[in-house]
Amino acid sequence: MALDKTQIAQRIAKELQDGYYVNLGIGIPTLVANYIPTGINVVLQSENGLLGMGPFPFEGEEDPDLINAGKQTITTVPGSVFFDSAMSFGMIRSGKVDLTVLGAMEVNQDGDIASWKIPGKMVKGMGGAMDLVASAKNIIVAMMHTNREGESKLLKKCTLPLTGVKCIKKIVTDLAVLEVNNGKFKLLERAQGVSVEEIKSKTEGDLIVEGDIPEITF
Amino acid sequence: MNKVRKNAIEATFDIKDGCTIMLGGFGLCGIPENLISALVEMNVKNLTCISNNAGVDDFGIGLMLQKKQLKKMIASYVGENAEFERQLLSGELEVELIPQGTLATRCMAAGYGMPAVFTPAGVGTEVAEGKEVRNFDGKDYLLETALKADFALVKAWKGDTHGNLIFKETARNFNPVMAMAGNITIAEVEELVPAGELNPDHIHTPGIYVHRIFKGVNYEKRIEQRTVRKK
Repeated sequence: MALDKTQIAQRIAKELQDGYYVNLGIGIPTLVANYIPTGINVVLQSENGLLGMGPFPFEGEEDPDLINAGKQTITTVPGSVFFDSAMSFGMIRSGKVDLTVLGAMEVNQDGDIASWKIPGKMVKGMGGAMDLVASAKNIIVAMMHTNREGESKLLKKCTLPLTGVKCIKKIVTDLAVLEVNNGKFKLLERAQGVSVEEIKSKTEGDLIVEGDIPEITF
Repeated sequence: MNKVRKNAIEATFDIKDGCTIMLGGFGLCGIPENLISALVEMNVKNLTCISNNAGVDDFGIGLMLQKKQLKKMIASYVGENAEFERQLLSGELEVELIPQGTLATRCMAAGYGMPAVFTPAGVGTEVAEGKEVRNFDGKDYLLETALKADFALVKAWKGDTHGNLIFKETARNFNPVMAMAGNITIAEVEELVPAGELNPDHIHTPGIYVHRIFKGVNYEKRIEQRTVRKK
């Protein structure tokens, strides 16, 4: 069975390590915050100017001056700190953020990512994504394996305008966990009950499959 | 020194058609609500607006889009505004999208008196088109020039009569860097106090960057995405 969005987030949460500073993008990545393993301490960075993002506020306690990068009302946690946008991207650019998790429209086998524009159709802008992918030490993409038309989002070459080049290390989809390995996708794990053949058929880029591929566990 | 103005209209009297203005805020958080209302009321046209976002259809910069006051918008993310997308796709509005960190840092460079900075954001993408690329320690960077504006319009929590500013929570965002990048910087504040009342250690933006200041009124502080949990 393919993973749902919550399970994708749950699997990514297993990558977190104690002491990590983590930036979570909008969409599936935001859900990762709900599955931080017990016993480890991570600090969430929100690029609009906050380190130490807490959960949503209780009803009636929303503060319009306190939002995350997705413009959602949030809270702080003990040890939180606010800063301006230049410093926020200063800490991103200088590699202080240990892990970035973001969504994508397409990823290719060299680690390029496209996520901000569909020419002639959709122009929302890149926000902070280009800064994040250009500088993060470790980037995980959270996305569906195929688009709504059933076409692969893991490509030999991205067709949409790029957000960054040669930057993506790992991809967690509803079907599989893959890494970018010497210009190819390498299959690391598969969703429970999903065959290697199905993943192969839904991956347009070159896929390395070595030995038995374990199922994703949580 | 007399930086204090009565209201937004008095503070913006010399913003004319064709000016370039910078507006602080992230989404609708920390936007200069009073100053935007004044520009809408004065109906100045052909503005070039520099701001991270373009508001929503009926609030923030969206109010200026409705009245077709903008010639050009420079922003990083404009996804929350249908009228914006319509004007962009129909060609009525010129738009330059730049990475959020690049936008912030270009403003900061202006305020620090530096003509340009190098940043890796956008290398190998269409953002890099026409820009100088330089390699430092094996990594490529784009040369990005400082970004200034005729007027920077910012919103702070507290301010004093010398123009010193303190921001609140994530409403700080672009406000301090844009305050440094305006030829004339106008600040609206929720609370305006006499110089000497703010603790000098707590001030985020030194008043030297702020030319005019006034106490804003009727803050709506609209929330874009109200997300809560149950008690």
